[in-house]
Amino acid sequence: MAQIETRALSHSYLPDPDYPADFALKELDLNLLDGHAYALLGPSGCGKSTLLGIISGLLRPTQGEILFDGQDVTHLNARQRHVAEVFQFPVVYETMSVFDNLAFPLKNRGFGREAIAKRVAEVAELLDLSEQLPRKSATLSAGARQLVSLGRGLVRTDVNAILFDEPLTVIDPQEKWRLRTRLKQLHRQSGLTMIYVTHDQTEALTFADTVMVMHEGRILQSGSPSELFERPKHKFVGKFIGSPGMNFLHCQFDGNAAIVDGQSIPLQRPYGTDIDGSSFELGFRPEYCEFSRDGSGIAAQLIDVDCTSRRKIAYLNAAGAKVCVSLPADQEIPADNHRIRIDPQRALLYAAEILVAERP
Amino acid sequence: MSLRKRDYPKAWLLVLPVVLIVAFNAVIPLMTVVNYSVQDTFGNNQFFWVGLEWFEEVLHSERFGNALGRQLLFTGLVLAIEIPLGLMIALGLPKSGWRASAYMMLLALPLLIPWNVVGTIWQIFGRIDIGLAGAAINAVGIDYNYTQNAFDAWITVIAMDVWHWTSLVALLCYSGLKSVPEVYYQAAAIDGASRWAIFRFVQLPRLRQVLIIAFLLRFMDSFMIYTEPFVITGGGPGNATTFLSIDLVKLALGQFDLGHAAAMSLIYFLIVLLVCWLFYTIMSVGDSRPEPRQ
Repeated sequence: MAQIETRALSHSYLPDPDYPADFALKELDLNLLDGHAYALLGPSGCGKSTLLGIISGLLRPTQGEILFDGQDVTHLNARQRHVAEVFQFPVVYETMSVFDNLAFPLKNRGFGREAIAKRVAEVAELLDLSEQLPRKSATLSAGARQLVSLGRGLVRTDVNAILFDEPLTVIDPQEKWRLRTRLKQLHRQSGLTMIYVTHDQTEALTFADTVMVMHEGRILQSGSPSELFERPKHKFVGKFIGSPGMNFLHCQFDGNAAIVDGQSIPLQRPYGTDIDGSSFELGFRPEYCEFSRDGSGIAAQLIDVDCTSRRKIAYLNAAGAKVCVSLPADQEIPADNHRIRIDPQRALLYAAEILVAERP
Repeated sequence: MSLRKRDYPKAWLLVLPVVLIVAFNAVIPLMTVVNYSVQDTFGNNQFFWVGLEWFEEVLHSERFGNALGRQLLFTGLVLAIEIPLGLMIALGLPKSGWRASAYMMLLALPLLIPWNVVGTIWQIFGRIDIGLAGAAINAVGIDYNYTQNAFDAWITVIAMDVWHWTSLVALLCYSGLKSVPEVYYQAAAIDGASRWAIFRFVQLPRLRQVLIIAFLLRFMDSFMIYTEPFVITGGGPGNATTFLSIDLVKLALGQFDLGHAAAMSLIYFLIVLLVCWLFYTIMSVGDSRPEPRQ
């Protein structure tokens, strides 16, 4: 178990990187606490798998260093770093039985026969694989294969961290839910540092204590799931987290209130009056706005409505942008003359895509 | 849903072209051989029935036994060298880039040379008067002469076959290795697997199919080898490199012993068929596993 730090970590897949765009990772400074569960969340190609590869030792970073418990491990390979990784596609050694698969990492490290049998039995118990142990692993379902892959990571007692690279991609929805719960349990029982890479926000938000949202090689925000939902520090985070994502409307700002489409929305937050910048935007969650029934609010045109079992989502055009309103399924949408009222307590102000900080 | 044959009697018509082609290129020629193998003649194109006598004669003949022994030894040695060597070459090749292409081309070269030219190349290469190898070996004081010494003749023929065909095994194995997903190597690295363990548990299982193919191709081809040893040694010195096919040609065209030669070719054919069938059956046992995902 270890605390994992990175210092000015950059990585490029090109031999001679020059421009920032050449880098898949840009100057990352991370500090991952021992025993925490982290999720790296971001769209495809944002650099999350690259970061994982560098932590596990499968990739050498172009610049910067990586430390485990203060020790520089930048130049150690995967074998020496004692990190376990579960990949997107389940990897099992098909000619081996489930038992031999689980025993493999221990055999490679020269454990004795009895110690191996004991440890494998424990891990199999933990993963509900005890009855499958004699089976040939080639005959397992995708979900069971992924459990075996996971088991090979857990079987080692000396791992510094377990890394998951979109591990539930090939799993059926039913089993996905079960496995995710199982992973969460495992984290609580083992107390291991876990880093979970995914582009699925539900997976990230349910699994992790801390979610790090990545975009174009940078971490835009890292925080608890509720922080990311309530106070996205960057417009991208607001849009990426939540379904649908946060609404953004261009506005003017007079020090107290945001003016959208001629309507003044008092923000009731201690912003300084000295903020300048011309490209202000007001961000608000679809959950934190509603249809106004008294003729106040921002005029909008209804485009479409989506119904799920518990919520209704209305898509509208307002103040030159697309806006979503999420309302309980039993609530009626007014027939015409739609106006949106934004909850001023929960609306946030952004300047140049970045959250405007309040005065302390 | 099952569609039974008798519902579609005309479907057989669709198979007819294949039946005709196979009949003309395989069954009918084979039947003429079968025809010869059960008859004898005193000339004048007059044949009479002898039943299985020719087969008994072949099976009891010392000459056939010796040729078969030489053939088995040759094929065994060639397989024992070419399969591991080809595999090792494939493992050592770069995975991509211009160097990979360059090696591919070099490896493919021997495969593109006609059999009799390969024989001629080595016939000259090994000559002690003008051959580069033959003269060089003698120059360093080793007495080498493939036209007089049986052991030297064997060395030459085997070296020739290894040179000619190891590339095939290497290329097949290389294609098999390319099919191993990168993530398997990553997982093995994370699991702390040694180089040997990676070979044994990651690479070898995925090379199984191509190795079966390589083994079968090399077995059949080396078991039927004719042209190259015929060009290099003509089966000599003495009968030292008279393999089955060389012996067969001597019998059929040299002595014009048609019945004897026909029986021998059928036995020869059945041996190849039997070994291939046995090998393939044994190797495919428990092979009905589902293809791994990805």
